[in-house]
Parts: sequence; structure tokens; C-alpha cells
Amino acid sequence: MRYLLIPLLCLLPFFAHAGEATDMAADPVLEKRMIGLAEKLRCLVCQNESLASSHSGLAEDLRREVREQMQKGLSDQEIIDYLVSRYGDFVLFDPPVKKATLVLWYGPFALLLMGIGVLVHQLRKRKNLIVETELSAEDAQRAAELLNETADQSNQPKDSQA
Amino acid sequence: MARFILPFVIFMIVSVFLFVGLGLNPHEVPSPLVGKPAPAFSLPQLHEPDKQFSLQDMKGKVWLLNVWASWCTACEHEHPLFMELSRQNLVPLYGMDYKDKPEDGMAWLQKHGNPYTLVVSDAEGRVGIDYGVYGVPETYLIDKQGVIQYKHIGVVTELDLRENILPLVKELQAK
Repeated sequence: MRYLLIPLLCLLPFFAHAGEATDMAADPVLEKRMIGLAEKLRCLVCQNESLASSHSGLAEDLRREVREQMQKGLSDQEIIDYLVSRYGDFVLFDPPVKKATLVLWYGPFALLLMGIGVLVHQLRKRKNLIVETELSAEDAQRAAELLNETADQSNQPKDSQA
Repeated sequence: MARFILPFVIFMIVSVFLFVGLGLNPHEVPSPLVGKPAPAFSLPQLHEPDKQFSLQDMKGKVWLLNVWASWCTACEHEHPLFMELSRQNLVPLYGMDYKDKPEDGMAWLQKHGNPYTLVVSDAEGRVGIDYGVYGVPETYLIDKQGVIQYKHIGVVTELDLRENILPLVKELQAK
């Protein structure tokens, strides 16, 4: 019994088909167009799901509404306009650029520009702080001596500490 | 000291934004219908399905349209308030039984009491879509010209009624 259970369990994923929630597909072309449009629209009940993939009752009703309006011969844009007039821009996953959404669309770029500005300003300020000075011959000599000294020390065997 | 001022100011600004932003309810979507004429409809009455009720019947009146359903548990919370409102007789309250079997809706009203002047049945939720309903209960305040003046999403509390809805009702009735 147990040996039968394991292969059966392995078969389980094949039955767990997680496709779009479909109600009826009488006209496959229309259904495809409806699903295409519904993917761009937000389900207002489960807000991060699209209208195409939601199983909520309202989503089913809205898909029916979209389907019926398509059958009536309305264009995609007309249907979107209808839904926006009822539910607001919130139904769109892609909010339109207008006064209220300017910050949403261009805010990140403004912040990026501000960041670049601050960065450039800081880098310039730091550059001015570093004063390049020529090394005098005497200093160069001392530096070379110090460098040679440390090089000699590192070559020495480590038994001095023991 | 001066070098801490700028980060502190930025911190305060971010705090204010987060405080306000996280306090908002993402389920309260502002309705584009406020300030627009209420979508026309004609629906069968819940108790007398042969009779229709339409938006035109309410011309010249300030009224509340409450969208509810027997399956809506939140509706039970606002229900006592509406019972009280109907006793006070300040504003006519009409109900829309949304996506509900009429017999279930009637049984619910029998059990909890009926605060509505009249109830219409939107069994398929078509008028609901026209009104942008997405979460029951929802309540609309419609003026004499048939324009939606206010929309309340979710349970109406006593505070909402006292502070927002009733003052607006009074103002609109005076017009």
C-alpha cells in the first residue's frame, strides 16, 4: 500500500494545474481577448492579483462584464474607460501619467538626480581637501630608507619572538 | 553638532511619511463617482419582485443607499446603527441586497430587523459594478439632483454617521 502511495503522490503535481481562473470559454477568441485585458486590470478584492487570475466573486462578475461589453462590440479602451469611471485609476496596474501621479512616475528620477548631485558635490569637496605636495629630495630619501628597512625586517626569520 | 542636523531632519521627514502612509487603509479606494450623477438603474424590489424600483423614483430627495448582503458578516456590525437611524427618521435609507439570493436577504432582514424604507435586489451584482462596489457594505449619499455626494466603504460607525454623513445630509436637504 505504502509503495503505491509514493508514485501516486508523485503524480499529484500534474493535477495541480494553476492556470487563469476561467468561468466559461464559449468563444475562445473572445475569451483570449478578455483574459488579455483582464491581466492589465487589478482585482479590487485581492488587490495584488489581476482580474484574470482572481477567483473572487467580484472578479468573476467583472470578467463577465468585460466579456459582455466585448460581445457588444466595445473596444478595449472603451471598456477600460468604463471600469476606470467606476473604480478609479486603481483598477489599472499601469497608472496613467497625470497630475496626481506625477510624483509616482517621476519622483524616483528626481531622487536619483538629487543623489547624483549630492555625490558630485561631496566628491568635489573632498578633492579640494587633498593638497598635493611635492616630496622634497630629503623626504624621498627617508621614505626609501624606511621602505627598505621594513622589507629587510620581513625577510628575517621569525624565531626572534621565541 | 551641525553635521547631525541634516540626517535628523531627513529622519523626521521619513518618519512622518511612514506614519501617515502606514496608517492608510489600502482597501479604501477613492471612488471616482463622488460628485458624479448616480448611475441609473431599475431593479426588482426584494419583497415584491414584480415591482421595480429605479433611480428616478428618488428625484428631489436626499437619501442613503446601503449595499449589503446576507452573506456579509460586517453588515451585521453596522446594522444596529441603521436600525437607530431609521427610528430617528432623519434621512430615508434604501437597501441594495447585493449578490444574494432574495430568500436569504429576506430571511436576514426577518432575523435582524429591517431598517430600510425599501430594499432592491441586485442578485447578479450588475448594478453593483455600475456603482463601483467592491466590498460590502458600502453606503452612498445621493442628493436631490441624483448626484453621489459621499461614498462610505466598509462598516459605517456611529462616528462616521455623526461627523460626516448626517451633517452632509442636513446641508444637502437645506439646498
